Amino acid sequence: MAKPETDVSQIGRDYKYGFHTTDKPAFSTGRGLTREVVETISAQKGEPGWMLERRLQAYEHFLTRPVPTWGGDLSEIDFDAMFYYVKPIENQAESWEELPPDIKQTWDRLGIPEAEKKYLAGVGAQYESEVVYHKLKEELTRRGVVFLDMDSGLREHEEIVREHFGNIVPFRDNKFAALNTAVWSGGSFIYVPPGVKVEMPLQAYFRINAENMGQFERTLIVIDENAFVHYVEGCTAPIYSSDSLHAAVVEIIVKPGGRCRYTTIQNWSTNVYNLVTKRAVAQENATVEWVDGNLGSKLTMKYPAIWLTGEGAHGEVLSIAFAGPGQHQDTGAKAVHMAPNTTSLITAKSISRGGGRAGYRGLVSVANGARGAKSKVVCDALILDEESRSDTYPTIRVHESDADVGHEATVSKIGEEQLFYLMSRGLSESEASSMIVSGFVEPITKELPLEYAVEMNRLIQLQMEGSVG
Amino acid sequence: MALLEIKDLHVALNDGTEIVKGIDLTVRSGEVHAIMGPNASGKSTLAYALMGHPSYKISGGDVLLDGESLLPLGADERAQRGLFLAFQYPYAVPGVTVSSFLRSAMNALRKARADGTDDPIPIPEFRKDLAAAMEHLKVPRELLGRYLNDGFSGGEKKRIEILQMALLRPQIAVLDETDSGLDIDALKTVADGVSDLVGPEMGAIVITHYQRILNYIHPDFVHVFAGGRFVAEGDAELAKKLESEGYDAYLPEGIPGDG
Ligand SMILES: Nc1ncnc2c1ncn2[C@@H]1O[C@H](COP(=O)(O)OP(=O)(O)OP(=O)(O)O)[C@@H](O)[C@H]1O
Ligand SMILES: [Mg+2]
Repeated sequence: MAKPETDVSQIGRDYKYGFHTTDKPAFSTGRGLTREVVETISAQKGEPGWMLERRLQAYEHFLTRPVPTWGGDLSEIDFDAMFYYVKPIENQAESWEELPPDIKQTWDRLGIPEAEKKYLAGVGAQYESEVVYHKLKEELTRRGVVFLDMDSGLREHEEIVREHFGNIVPFRDNKFAALNTAVWSGGSFIYVPPGVKVEMPLQAYFRINAENMGQFERTLIVIDENAFVHYVEGCTAPIYSSDSLHAAVVEIIVKPGGRCRYTTIQNWSTNVYNLVTKRAVAQENATVEWVDGNLGSKLTMKYPAIWLTGEGAHGEVLSIAFAGPGQHQDTGAKAVHMAPNTTSLITAKSISRGGGRAGYRGLVSVANGARGAKSKVVCDALILDEESRSDTYPTIRVHESDADVGHEATVSKIGEEQLFYLMSRGLSESEASSMIVSGFVEPITKELPLEYAVEMNRLIQLQMEGSVG
Repeated sequence: MALLEIKDLHVALNDGTEIVKGIDLTVRSGEVHAIMGPNASGKSTLAYALMGHPSYKISGGDVLLDGESLLPLGADERAQRGLFLAFQYPYAVPGVTVSSFLRSAMNALRKARADGTDDPIPIPEFRKDLAAAMEHLKVPRELLGRYLNDGFSGGEKKRIEILQMALLRPQIAVLDETDSGLDIDALKTVADGVSDLVGPEMGAIVITHYQRILNYIHPDFVHVFAGGRFVAEGDAELAKKLESEGYDAYLPEGIPGDG
């Protein structure tokens, strides 16, 4: 039977989300970063003076801070060639219908509602994004939940933003946190009042939609006592000819007894540098869970962190990294135990193929006074061919003698016998391999909302197609 | 009606050691052929080679299904043409549930039948077929949500093999010691399940050490396999004789283990 030929080198390069619609930016600062650009961004947004001041301090720090050399290769990033601010539309749309057609078209072409309908047909679940969008908004407002883009968050809830912004990830944290603080735009602001449990995941889609435009979204989530939210962020980016930079910052604070789960599936096109600082603070008996899937990009450096600052706090990180040809996924997690009886669990799975490089870089630290801390790290790597590579760089620092810290790592390959078994049932080699890979990451996909699990498996299939034979 | 023809088949390991040394066998729909023989005589090697296992080389002869040689085809294409192997030792696929695996396998075959265009089985139809087959083979429901063969008992694995066969509806099925590991009741259930499928749509090769399974799956032919060849052939009576007398009478000097 004739099978469509797929050129391995093109996998992930011409993938189906690689399109873009013509944006007519309402305003752009042009290429390169200067003090004036920072001032203009702030002025365009009509921000309070303290935010402008913060941006400028961060900008100064960015200039003096060297590009880090310990992770992936960042030497080719040309900061002068990028746009730092492109304002895509005049105002925020209130509803799905009001979205400008080209943005709506991009989302439609991502196949989000359609694909789900198709895939979920027969399962009985109906995925109706418009209805969900409206109902959710009303319901949230009624319960006092705030779910806004970050610019609106700053305008409408300045006190909350001012209290937490940059407290969890200060701009001095790293060069890219400084850059983000200087030029941030967009991102989400979420506040959940005490005791309110938002059952339905809150979702947002981000995209890069102008050539050479770095995306610098800034997200702040504040979960009050005993409240709960699950925030889901998915993104698939159009493809461009020159390198693109995504440097986001996510800050989360979970007050006593609260819980926050933050799920990200990222599939940036393979020219994007994805350099994200994510950090959450878990106070007394609070829980933070990061679920993080990285499939695309040229280089991802991302280590979701949890600072367990209150007694009994619990943190979990579930991460998947998939590195194909020319890709480097330098991902991991950090758990910092700063209070007694805190617990953390890190599960990291990586897959590399076609010369890709996927690694785990992690930190578990138990500070003085964090008696009875428990932490477990499990890293599993699946390497699909001889050219590909997996690295593990775990760092463990323990300052309490009764801490219970464990680290397990495995590296495996797809077994010929397993493949033969599946193929003997009629699955092609690439179907059989993607089934094995999907099974490998299943402990993580089963934690995703259904439509994301479906999308994740579809992305894996896409990555695996033509990777064999 | 399907026709499998094995013609003077020789199978060697990758290092060149010949394990199967010239087998001739013709299997038609509706027929059951039992293959019995001592350990290490090469029965599984024959079964794997028929299915296209990459660790085995065909060093001579041919295998034809309905007149077309299977040798140039991969295991997936052989399955798509209607060949099935119930493994002596099925492999585990962690993270993939039995039900999603079954659905994918059924869809792979449907796709091949639709000349490469996707033709997924509608979920209600899948559920119905699955429920019927599970009831027939008395497969516990909870196995469906577990990962394929991951931590399964020996008997559970064998039942799942036959469940796969029942859903994939092959034309020619090769059962490699499906009876080992099954308890007495399970053996009857599974063997009856196989018998029900044998007919105008399926022929079977049943590899076994024990006569018992043949009480339920009545063999039309019994082949004694030793030292890489068939050394005797007969009907169901031969299996009974083997059970009481053993293989000694059929073993030339130095077999098994002569390499
Ligand atoms: N992949 C392999 N590598 C090395 N030796 C092999 C391989 N496969 C089979 N053999 C050898 O070939 C011989 C035949 O093995 P095979 O599994 O076919 O026997 P069998 O007749 O099925 O035995 P049993 O009744 O125990 O299942 C054995 O000596 C076995 O060790
Ligand atoms: Mg055997």
